[in-house]
Amino acid sequence: MSRNDSKYFSTTKKGEIPELKEELNSQYKDKRKDAVKKVIAAMTVGKDVSSLFTDVVNCMQTENLELKKLVYLYLINYAKSQPDLAILAVNTFVKDSQDPNPLIRALAVRTMGCIRVDKITEYLCDPLQRCLKDDDPYVRKTAAICVAKLYDINAELVEDRGFLESLKDLISDNNPMVVANAVAALAEIQENSSKPIFEITSHTLSKLLTALNECTEWGQVFILDALSRYKAADAREAENIVERVTPRLQHANCAVVLSAVKMILQQMELISSTDVVRNLCKKMAPPLVTLLSAEPEIQYVALRNINLIVQRRPTILAHEIKVFFCKYNDPIYVKMEKLEIMIKLASDRNIDQVLLEFKEYATEVDVDFVRKAVRAIGRCAIKLERAAERCISVLLELIKIKVNYVVQEAIIVIKDIFRRYPNTYESIIATLCESLDTLDEPEAKASMIWIIGEYAERIDNADELLESFLETFPEEPAQVQLQLLTATVKLFLKKPTEGPQHMIQVVLNNATVETDNPDLRDRAYIYWRLLSTDPEAAKDVVLAEKPVITDDSNQLDSSLLDELLANIATLSSVYHKPPDAFVTRVVSSAQRTEDEDYAEGSEVGYSESHPSDGPVSPSAARQAPASSAPVATSPPAAPVPDLLGDLIGMDNNSIVPLDQPVTPTGPPLPVLLPASTGQGLQISAQLTRRDGQVFYSLLFENNSQIPLDGFMIQFNKNTFGLAAAGPLQVPLLQPGTSARTLLPMVMFQNMSQGPPSSLLQVAVKNNQQPVWYFNDKMSLHTFFTEDGKMERATFLETWRSLPDSNEVSKDFPNLVIGSVEATLEHLAASNLFFIAKRKNANQDVFYFSTEIPRGMPFLIELTTVVGNPGVKCAAKTPNPEMSGLLFEAIETLLRG
Amino acid sequence: MAGAASALFLLDIKGRVLIWRDYRGDVSAVEAERFFTKLIEKEGDPQSQDPVVYDNGVTYMFIQHSNVYLMIAARQNCNAASLLFFLHRLVDVFKHYFEELEEESLRDNFVVVYELLDEIMDFGYPQYTEAKILSEFIKTDAYRMEVTQRPPMAVTNAVSWRSEGISYKKNEVFLDVVESVNILVNSNGQIIRSDVVGALKMRTYLSGMPECKLGLNDRVLLEAQGRATKGKAIDLEDIKFHQCVRLARFENDRTISFIPPDGSFDLMTYRLSTQVKPLIWVEAQVERHSKSRIEIMVKARSQFKERSTATNVEIELPVPADATNPNVRTSMGSASYAPEKDALIWKIRSFPGGKEYMLRAEFRLPSITAEEATPERKAPIRVKFEIPYFTVSGIQVRYLKIIEKSGYQALPWVRYITMAGEYELRLI
Repeated sequence: MSRNDSKYFSTTKKGEIPELKEELNSQYKDKRKDAVKKVIAAMTVGKDVSSLFTDVVNCMQTENLELKKLVYLYLINYAKSQPDLAILAVNTFVKDSQDPNPLIRALAVRTMGCIRVDKITEYLCDPLQRCLKDDDPYVRKTAAICVAKLYDINAELVEDRGFLESLKDLISDNNPMVVANAVAALAEIQENSSKPIFEITSHTLSKLLTALNECTEWGQVFILDALSRYKAADAREAENIVERVTPRLQHANCAVVLSAVKMILQQMELISSTDVVRNLCKKMAPPLVTLLSAEPEIQYVALRNINLIVQRRPTILAHEIKVFFCKYNDPIYVKMEKLEIMIKLASDRNIDQVLLEFKEYATEVDVDFVRKAVRAIGRCAIKLERAAERCISVLLELIKIKVNYVVQEAIIVIKDIFRRYPNTYESIIATLCESLDTLDEPEAKASMIWIIGEYAERIDNADELLESFLETFPEEPAQVQLQLLTATVKLFLKKPTEGPQHMIQVVLNNATVETDNPDLRDRAYIYWRLLSTDPEAAKDVVLAEKPVITDDSNQLDSSLLDELLANIATLSSVYHKPPDAFVTRVVSSAQRTEDEDYAEGSEVGYSESHPSDGPVSPSAARQAPASSAPVATSPPAAPVPDLLGDLIGMDNNSIVPLDQPVTPTGPPLPVLLPASTGQGLQISAQLTRRDGQVFYSLLFENNSQIPLDGFMIQFNKNTFGLAAAGPLQVPLLQPGTSARTLLPMVMFQNMSQGPPSSLLQVAVKNNQQPVWYFNDKMSLHTFFTEDGKMERATFLETWRSLPDSNEVSKDFPNLVIGSVEATLEHLAASNLFFIAKRKNANQDVFYFSTEIPRGMPFLIELTTVVGNPGVKCAAKTPNPEMSGLLFEAIETLLRG
Repeated sequence: MAGAASALFLLDIKGRVLIWRDYRGDVSAVEAERFFTKLIEKEGDPQSQDPVVYDNGVTYMFIQHSNVYLMIAARQNCNAASLLFFLHRLVDVFKHYFEELEEESLRDNFVVVYELLDEIMDFGYPQYTEAKILSEFIKTDAYRMEVTQRPPMAVTNAVSWRSEGISYKKNEVFLDVVESVNILVNSNGQIIRSDVVGALKMRTYLSGMPECKLGLNDRVLLEAQGRATKGKAIDLEDIKFHQCVRLARFENDRTISFIPPDGSFDLMTYRLSTQVKPLIWVEAQVERHSKSRIEIMVKARSQFKERSTATNVEIELPVPADATNPNVRTSMGSASYAPEKDALIWKIRSFPGGKEYMLRAEFRLPSITAEEATPERKAPIRVKFEIPYFTVSGIQVRYLKIIEKSGYQALPWVRYITMAGEYELRLI
């Protein structure tokens, strides 16, 4: 069947464009068609053939469908760059939308929707209106999607012209394919609108469930995905829905199956009868298992989803662990996910078999997989107390094989096992010590040193072992240095003899005078002062009992899990992040002309082009920190605040005295840890910026019955690497009293990976209560620096130099700028600097610049009608990933 | 919830765009190429091998087929399962059109490729992927395009997979019941996983709009009908049907009723996870006689009834990567050394039930070895075979009724075959 079109690629000589021009205007049909093919071929290989626009459009009026399609394709590609000429095509489009052949009618309306040029959009309305009521379902289904296209370009137009109503009518269309497309279009429009547009009533629900039986597999996915938003009124309705969706589990299309699973899981939340739930779990298990026979890419998506499903409903696959055993030829990404699920499904009943598998994997060749397998054994040990011993013996067997990275990984997990079961398995330390010399990875080294320090009294030659590390102390990575410091102190406290005493001097000297790592230095000084002031207190602090760690294999918190389960089969469920954390919208440069020069105030169409996409709030995007993280790096928490205070002896000028209101005029701080959660302790906090520095303003209120003291604070990794610049200064809090403090912060200390997020996870502890964790939001404007003002020329240049793909925009339909002067002043106070202003019709356009540390500028354009609701914000930045945070900050500033 | 693709790319093996279709104007080809070259550079980093990758605001999902990557880019939270499955469907469509999907065939047919990309997806929403019907109105033969066409009724019909007006002189149906046996045996000789994946593959040459009804020896159905189960009834664990089967009807009374597509398709697939006795059992003993000599002794035993015979048996035995000078003897069939797979391949044309054959092989190894212990590649023994006229599950087609309003008689032909799927036995 194949034919050879490749010949069209071959004419690439110099005079190509004039030659093509001539051919396009040939009087012979065939020659013109060949010429258009050559143009498309040139377009395909990336050549600019936009100069042939008029000539190609002239070929549009043809009876030949193939030629017509090619011309349309050309139009989709180049109309943007020739918006004025694109008008030439409108007549033919309108004519084609009334052609007797439904293929051509649909083609015309489909293509018009793809041409994102304002002037064309106006002409689209009438044909679209007709096509939505066309006799042929093929045309109607195309028109349904076209409404979504138009909404994307000009939402207002869609609402004004009543297209939404026509679209809603199509839900009752007699053709299932039309219904499915209408549902897809409505769901998308609803997603981008704050108004209730597509509300699923029980009536639409039943209509759609009927259409489900008849439409194509893709249409079934649209409908199921849309219906999964539906909240049933009661358990009975939920059961009814489930009953009608269950047959979809038998569909050959994996996407239909997963979307059906999603819907069943959603409805199950309402069903109280345990019998029904058990029965449904039983029904869902086989289809989920079968997904693992699909193509590897789909297996991957299925596995990421199963990971979520077993966290909510562990019983579904409790007996199916074997299907997750890795096959030799599974791609690595499938193997890694299978391991993760095996850990989740491991139980006392199947652990022997699971361990046998892990051991097998740990002797394979793929290093990453092997490491993960070893770690999996450790996690099972921590999770299943009764199996811990068997896990350890497997780890020891692996250590004996003496494969370097296996040994190192094993030691890391054994350290966690020691933390989980203190004083239980020390007999194996001797075996571990044999591998001491081979350790070269920081984490493994640090773990081994921790073990030696922790059990110094039981290791006869602990001092020799540690001493061997001391020679290279200055060269070791920070992680190892910190562990060495703590381990040596422990050793000294446990065996206060001459050898350790000498060692401690060497270490303290190295860790104070010789280092420029502040963490290390601070910790060393604390130990030093502790040891010299009161060795007994030092013992209480350093050798204090540590809290027991727990298994981290079910790590998603319940509300995040809820959100992810509602998003089964989507990217959100693959990333295990809520959609807000990664969904971005980019303004297409559709309506821009190339030669715009806004500084001179030329009038260019900056009309609304994108509807608001709702608030971007990457909440709880991160998974909870692995419980093992603080173990290796932080010292056993030393709850002695008074000592800390005078010991560090630094001048605390940045720390404001307590009980003195620091922000007397500022609004009250938001409550982050309510007294109800904090056993009477209430914490309110907010990031603020003062004199060019970031502070964490905190208010502690003790509503409990006991005095609280020994407050300490720690921040988890976050996008901006925020960390405390000094210790937290809070005095003893008597019941019923409160204290306010300003904690100076530093940036870029512990940065997290992944897309930017405003999430700041905070842990606060005191001597009397458990550790409290709470989440705060970092607002980007706290980081706007004082020197972010740009010269007009620089601004222009920077704006031009950034590619269009770096431009993002967002509408704030409800915001009002009342007084220009006050707003500018307010923004400038937050380091958002005004550059220029111009008029565009009745709208005012303002330009601002700002910058966050490490030289990351933002160029911002605000468009609004002063005094009227609706502000459109467009921004260019080298780092568009930050746009979500930027918009949030701007919204906050404009509201404030 | 809703979400759609932004663009679809067809890339060559080096990540350069061959052809792409922009559906939403928010991802450019330059971005996609930049992402993909970055990805190829990072080869080896396990994270980068995921088929769903986030980069600078855009999610890329891709699959590979011969020397072509098919990739979807998206900015929204779209349905990943649906889009990845769609890419696999797209491969089927291209294969239907060009026989082979590869860089060359895409280039040679770029006009049709563009037309298809326009039809199968609209604004990033998958629309229609029935290759057979598509080829009724998107044709590769330029001359037929002169006739004005209409979309076939099937495109928007409830029966979207079959056109009307099909006519054959002789109405026939071929039904192949193919069962693949998947098995995983660990190094202790225990079967840790075994299942059977079956498929009913149909080829239909039927006129008009035939109504078909298929009867299997399905225990649930037979018991519901209160029939004495003559012979063996079987339990099918998870059944998946082609979209032509009326799922609601099956859920109600377990009747498999459908209007079939024209030509070949998989009517249904099913899975059984009941433990089955491995049909061909392989035991291997590896002995290292000295540092430089290794001997492998293999026993292969057929554990099915004598009246059946396995054909095209192929046993792949892993050998050390640095093995040389093979010396092989077999009691049946022939063995050849395949250094590119680090394996010895033992082929037995015909292997009747209840028989046992042997192989003995000797290899030389280099006498110098690396000092540091590096783990050896632990490939399992893999077995391929086919056993005609036999199914593990005992599934039987009791009837296939075909009713068409013209009243013709159609002949169903049924065949059974069992073959090895993922059949792995780990070495000690």
